Amino acid sequence: MNSNKHTLTMLVDNEPGVLSRVVGLFSGRGFNIDSLCVAETLDPKVSRVTIVTQANKPLLEQIEKQLRKLINVVKLRDMSDDRAVRREMALICVHARPENRDEILRLVNLFRAKVIDVASNYYTIEASGDADKMTALIGLLKPMGIKKIARTGTVALYREPKRGI
Amino acid sequence: MELTGAQILMTILKEEGVDTIFGFPGGAVIDLYDELIRSDLRHILVRHEQGAVHAADGYARASGKVGVCLVTSGPGATNTVTGIATAYMDSIPLVIITGQVPTQLIGNDAFQEVDIVGITRPCTKHNYLVNHVEDLARILKEAFHIAHSGRPGPVLVDIPKNIGVAKTDYQPITEVKIKSYNPTYHPNTKQLKKALNLLKAAQRPLIFSGGGVILSKASDELADLAHRLKIPVTSSLMGLGAFPGSDPLWLGMLGMHGTYRANMAVSQCDLMVAVGVRFDDRVTGKTDCFASGAKIIHIDIDPTSIRKNIPVTVPVVGDCRSSLTELNRMIVEEGIQADETTRRGWLDQIVFWRDEHKLAYEQKETIKPQFVIEKLYELTRGQAIVTTEVGQNQMWAAQFYHFDRPQQFITSGGLGTMGFGLPAAIGAQVAFPEKMVVDIAGDGSIQMNIQEMATAVQYNLPVKVVILNNRCLGMVRQWQELFYDKRYAHTILEHAPDFVKLAEAFGARGLRASHPDEVEATLAEGLETKGPVIMEFIVASEECVYPMVPAGKAITDMLLV
Ligand SMILES: Cc1ncc(C[n+]2csc(CCOP(=O)(O)OP(=O)(O)O)c2C)c(N)n1
Ligand SMILES: [Mg+2]
Repeated sequence: MNSNKHTLTMLVDNEPGVLSRVVGLFSGRGFNIDSLCVAETLDPKVSRVTIVTQANKPLLEQIEKQLRKLINVVKLRDMSDDRAVRREMALICVHARPENRDEILRLVNLFRAKVIDVASNYYTIEASGDADKMTALIGLLKPMGIKKIARTGTVALYREPKRGI
Repeated sequence: MELTGAQILMTILKEEGVDTIFGFPGGAVIDLYDELIRSDLRHILVRHEQGAVHAADGYARASGKVGVCLVTSGPGATNTVTGIATAYMDSIPLVIITGQVPTQLIGNDAFQEVDIVGITRPCTKHNYLVNHVEDLARILKEAFHIAHSGRPGPVLVDIPKNIGVAKTDYQPITEVKIKSYNPTYHPNTKQLKKALNLLKAAQRPLIFSGGGVILSKASDELADLAHRLKIPVTSSLMGLGAFPGSDPLWLGMLGMHGTYRANMAVSQCDLMVAVGVRFDDRVTGKTDCFASGAKIIHIDIDPTSIRKNIPVTVPVVGDCRSSLTELNRMIVEEGIQADETTRRGWLDQIVFWRDEHKLAYEQKETIKPQFVIEKLYELTRGQAIVTTEVGQNQMWAAQFYHFDRPQQFITSGGLGTMGFGLPAAIGAQVAFPEKMVVDIAGDGSIQMNIQEMATAVQYNLPVKVVILNNRCLGMVRQWQELFYDKRYAHTILEHAPDFVKLAEAFGARGLRASHPDEVEATLAEGLETKGPVIMEFIVASEECVYPMVPAGKAITDMLLV
């Protein structure tokens, strides 16, 4: 992973306007957002926001401090290193010419992806993994003709301790 | 107890110790106003909502209390935005109550509907839309708590019309707890120890104090530190008054229009103790050259201020007052003293810089603006609460009126809002009816909120407006003269009202001086007048503020007179 890329997750109050506070902070201060994911947690009053951003160390420090300053941000964590697991998901609609079908299915197996829709000339594939894996799969499918693609941002969770393992 | 939203609002304003609010009514707040006249709260009816916010702001800056305003939805709300941004930039505690269209109409482009919560999100410390009357009490309590605690700031509460009349059971809230909001007041002892060690080792220390010292009421503690260790003190525009302008250790303001000795001292110090500052670009000039030989201790309650613009050796997150108290205690405990002999060289050097370039001007046939301010300083014995407009008038006020106490100098620093001074003076006068309050104004700025003269007259608030009339937008003209080959693009105010008659039209007193020998008598007469007065001084139009550091240059690259 690019050492300037950082995955930040935060628990925020699940209220209208909170996401726009977070996003507005990035745009207003000229921080960049590579990707963004938001959804409710087990506690319906709390949402988890995951943002991937590019920043050097002092800038990252500033971003984290600014986010913590938002009244609706309850908790913030940097999920960029090995102490966290990160995943994203993609739906890829690829041109499935008869001569390419085997190769597509081989790649789908290799990447532990799934074909979730079969049309006369197209397969829609569901794949998940870390950002590198997604990029690799997309790179390999590209020559066959990707018609459309929908990617999520990264979601991340901190790993729990592995005592005695 | 069953109360309406409007009654809850009045109840909580009382609980929070609010005695005066500044506002302007309209359809969306008519129910709130209907309750307001039945309460014993004082309401100052301004003439423009921007004036309400600046007045509440001036009230807050002068008194240290939370300023409160009440305005209607739509245009009433949008008119507050400049005032809110002004308070936000200078960390002033305000609670702004805006009316909103009824909840069921929100989002319909209803009459006088505007998304003021959306608009003010980036310029408030926090803001709320009240969706249910049951939430109103909690939200108002939180608003006050957030406004004045930590790094203070404006908080807006948007109250839809139907919430004002809806009823709910009201239970007083005694304690406000917001789980994600816990400002750090008490500094980390380890960090303070590190700071102490730097102080011990420093040969050429310098204190740089800012608005945070005033906000946290830490000026005694600051003076204690400076005097104990014989450290000279400079400050930002926002910090003026926190350290006495008459103290021998005082260097004057630093930065773009700072004194020569302050800027030189910054460049040569080996330790900077920065307290309650945020290293604004008007202070630092080119950041690479700012205190480049110095280690920096930075004390501030807002962690985002630290290392935002300038690298810091020892960050101390905490309230300025608690941090300085603790630091002073450690200094006493360890018996640390300034070494007279080593410090002498540094202090002598500063005296040398002082004598090399003093703030100066030459009073010839036309009145010099600086002369007016010097005379004002003399005649008010340095005791007036001074507000300013923005531009040259503001910088000359900062340079030539020497402030001895905190909360005495009230100016829009961060946003630089023309039109701030008059309503802010009104607010300060409301807070201190017996004190002399003077707005040092420019002919351009004063016209931006001149309507508030009517407010001053209506409530017999005896504010004194000193207009330094140079017939131009002087500060911009100065930049054009110095950096744009004297191309004066739209900075000459070819037409101005007759300010004397204007004052009279408002029912105030108007005075004018056009010759230097009239200055003192005009000021004396104006200051002695009981009610509000406009004093107009026809001053030299080509006078520039010096020293001046061109934007983006090192602060030692000063243009001098
Ligand atoms: C609301 C607003 N608009 C524009 C400016 C830009 N500005 C800064 S100083 C200045 C000139 C102010 O003129 P005047 O009040 O006459 O003060 P002077 O500099 O002449 O003393 C202007 C236009 C500003 N600070 N605020
Ligand atoms: Mg002017």
